[in-house]
Amino acid sequence: MSGDVMNETSTSIISVLLLCLLFVMGVAIARLRNLFAVVMLAGIYSLVCAAWFILVDAVDVGFTEAAVGAGMSTAVLLGAILLTSRNAKPERRLARLGPLAVCIAAGAMLIYATSDLPAAGDPSSPANTGTGLTYLQINWADTGVPNVVTSVLASYRGFDTLGETIVVFIAGLAVVLLLGFGERSLSETLRKLKKGDKAP
Amino acid sequence: MWDIILERGGYWAIIGVMMIGLYIAFSAENLIKRLVGLSMFQTTICLFYVKLANVANATAPILLPEDMPKGAYGAERVADLAHTYSNPLPHVLMLTAIVVGVATLSLGLALIVRINESYGTIEADEIHASDVKVQMAEEADAARTSGEVAV
Repeated sequence: MSGDVMNETSTSIISVLLLCLLFVMGVAIARLRNLFAVVMLAGIYSLVCAAWFILVDAVDVGFTEAAVGAGMSTAVLLGAILLTSRNAKPERRLARLGPLAVCIAAGAMLIYATSDLPAAGDPSSPANTGTGLTYLQINWADTGVPNVVTSVLASYRGFDTLGETIVVFIAGLAVVLLLGFGERSLSETLRKLKKGDKAP
Repeated sequence: MWDIILERGGYWAIIGVMMIGLYIAFSAENLIKRLVGLSMFQTTICLFYVKLANVANATAPILLPEDMPKGAYGAERVADLAHTYSNPLPHVLMLTAIVVGVATLSLGLALIVRINESYGTIEADEIHASDVKVQMAEEADAARTSGEVAV
């Protein structure tokens, strides 16, 4: 049992260290003006988040965060700064005060609200004794898939996942319609026009 | 007092990180930085949900060999499952949220690229100034033409 306690203590120390790392990275992103550095730090932020997910037993979420959050969104953001600009304008000092006050107030209220939350890691909290526990109990007899997250995602909540896929499809469609390609793309047309002006 | 810090400290740290994301989304004038802040905020909400699903001294919700019997579980084992594994349901919900988050992020970035094509800038205050200038010019134009009609 003392091994369990030691294990739990070291886990929470590592967890708090990772969260402090995330906080420092957030402050750095807020202060940086070079957008390339901002995007790279956001990618590292996602990667540290993935490590934290794995630490608190959410291995599937960590895997997805590393692939989608750290990989794909960094690629998309890099594409966006390639098409727009590389640097942000310096911010006005006074304009920071309002958002800072709002964030401190919201944070204080949320911290006040945590007194009503169940203690961290409590197995008998309402969240952990409801549907999630039922899935754990019936999963093996129902589906025979050892990974409960997979069976909930694809079997019990398959329609959720279908809806998610539809959302991703619509978002992709909207991106294509907004940016256009070939004749419909504004930047493409402008480039062609400029080339045409130079040629004759 | 010490108990409260141990039990709730994890939540407080997550809320601190969450507020940094919110601050970036609020304070940044640059639209791309603003979107980065929003996506950080969203990731932190995933952290919070996963933290709620975590069970002390439990393991990831992938069944251990002894929990894969030929038939159904005994009544004793069913009660014990909650202490052995973390709650899988919030993990599933956050998987969905992460993927949808990236989809909405790319949609927002496409809008920003389009804004940059029309305005030539992605700073919120410059876009606003340009909007004001165009509106004033249009109103002055309308006033002039109506004046000409009256004359």
